[in-house]
Amino acid sequence: MKSADYNQMELMITLASRFLEDKSTVVVGTGAPCAAAMLSQRTVAPDLIIMFEAGGLGPQLPTMPISVGDSRTFYKGIMSTSMAEIMELCQAGMVDFTFLGGAQIDKYGNLNSTIIGDDYYKPKVRLPGSGGANELASLCWNTMVITPHVKQRFVEKVDFLTTPGYLNGPGTREDVGLPEGTGPYKVITDLCVMGYDDKTGRMKVESIHPGVTKEKIEENTGFKLLWSDNLEESPIPSKEELDLLREKVDPYRYIIGRE
Amino acid sequence: MSYEELIGLQEGKGKLFKKPDAEGSRKFFKNKSREMKSKVTSVKEAVNKYIEDGIYLAVGGFGTNRIPTAIYHEIVRQRKKNLALSGHTATHDGQILMAGGAVDRCDAAYVVGLEARGLSKSARDAFEKYGVEVCEWTNATLTWRYKAAAMGLSFLPSRALLGTDTFKYSGAKVMHCPFTGQKYAALPALPVDVACIHVHKADIYGNCQIEGIDVGDIDIVKASKYVIVTTEELVPHSQMRNETDKVSIPYFLVDAVAEVPYGCYPGNMPYRYFSDEEHLNEWLQQEQEGKIDEFLQKYIYSTSDFSEYLQLCGGIEKLKDLRRKEVLIEDLEELGE
Repeated sequence: MKSADYNQMELMITLASRFLEDKSTVVVGTGAPCAAAMLSQRTVAPDLIIMFEAGGLGPQLPTMPISVGDSRTFYKGIMSTSMAEIMELCQAGMVDFTFLGGAQIDKYGNLNSTIIGDDYYKPKVRLPGSGGANELASLCWNTMVITPHVKQRFVEKVDFLTTPGYLNGPGTREDVGLPEGTGPYKVITDLCVMGYDDKTGRMKVESIHPGVTKEKIEENTGFKLLWSDNLEESPIPSKEELDLLREKVDPYRYIIGRE
Repeated sequence: MSYEELIGLQEGKGKLFKKPDAEGSRKFFKNKSREMKSKVTSVKEAVNKYIEDGIYLAVGGFGTNRIPTAIYHEIVRQRKKNLALSGHTATHDGQILMAGGAVDRCDAAYVVGLEARGLSKSARDAFEKYGVEVCEWTNATLTWRYKAAAMGLSFLPSRALLGTDTFKYSGAKVMHCPFTGQKYAALPALPVDVACIHVHKADIYGNCQIEGIDVGDIDIVKASKYVIVTTEELVPHSQMRNETDKVSIPYFLVDAVAEVPYGCYPGNMPYRYFSDEEHLNEWLQQEQEGKIDEFLQKYIYSTSDFSEYLQLCGGIEKLKDLRRKEVLIEDLEELGE
């Protein structure tokens, strides 16, 4: 922890919450993404519509869900529906943001959550698989990732391409038939915030967290990063954001207790 | 494989455990009984009658939410083998079946994990050590495969899956729209042998009401030859007739109805009871420590039915706590709302 005032998880959630827009739609999973959406609703995006892939639409989340299909995900919501309906809204272009994770991510934002190892039929480690990640990243307009920044995760090439980022650079998503104008948007880690370069589709550092150096980011990344010309220091959480996060969003510290 | 090769792929090389067969399904349904007769039975009899070794099984609910746990325990208790599982977010359900060695093929959208709770060693071993055959899908593409079958079609197009290894190891193919030329992933319909679902209310004939999200249950039911329903409560048929807007599954699609209160335990049943996180954690722990066989012995093989399992897990007192959790009594009091 770099400061007595907040921990790295609180910083990541706060930064992520600011990228969501008011009167927009977001599909989230459990954990940090859900916390970010809940915080966003209480700050920058009061009319954010939160959705869960199992069918929960527009809940007023009273407390953190444990599963993306549990009762909390449609508590006092707009609608309890089906997975097909949520995913069809994504496919139809009605969903602005999604948050994903994965065991590995490469410079184009491609994600792996299926296997570790180079032989698919004899995996070193079997992971859960896509779940809804592949289609959310394929169909939502903007995909964001919140993840710890370690070298084993930020790899030159993912062992298995579960979920599409910019595949092999600009235009390749469209070439395979994915909807135009969709793709990776931001990666928020415990070291920095990254976006993607328009020309190359590669990950580009936009802001560095207080106390973190360029060298430290490079040491923890398994590929060559691009750096923004207007590199900034990441803005830290405000007292108001921290209070909301601790008292309203995650009072039992399920997520922010993990650093 | 390079990205260029991935992008050029026209066909997944995953094995289709069930081929689309819209004509065959129609012929089967032509002869399925429409008779409004009582289908009330026990879980034991239903599993004995409909779950034959080797069949393809679809799972209702979502992982730990509104799943028919009692049916999966009974499948393990009766030592069913070589089942194919549709892993449409199969978490605790998949864990039970794989711990019990009942599965040898799996359409995997999301398996081995229990979301935020961690990973099931039994399920992981099934893939890493015991060589369960697998075909990759995603939650949406599996749910649309059910939907294609439910619609009486042999496929549906999708804009997901394209350009990835998930596509490469799936059974999908690339197709072009005959009207616009747009590229799609063609998803083969998934005709299911037996669907197992857990609902809030059913009548003796099999009309069902689900409260909260239905996930994929309605399409799964329509895609399946046989449907086993467990229900929190059996209600009078007249109630269904007065609430037609709440009935999402009509009786003639259903083959067996068993009343199993708390039938989703240790999962979460919307509006009724929350998940028992301690007990789910015990499953994960016992698997990690290599004690799953003793654990199954204690909770499944040595019990005669699901009621005994509920007793072993804390009985009515535990269930009362989970009801309070579900309606947020403690949470909202503490948060001052």
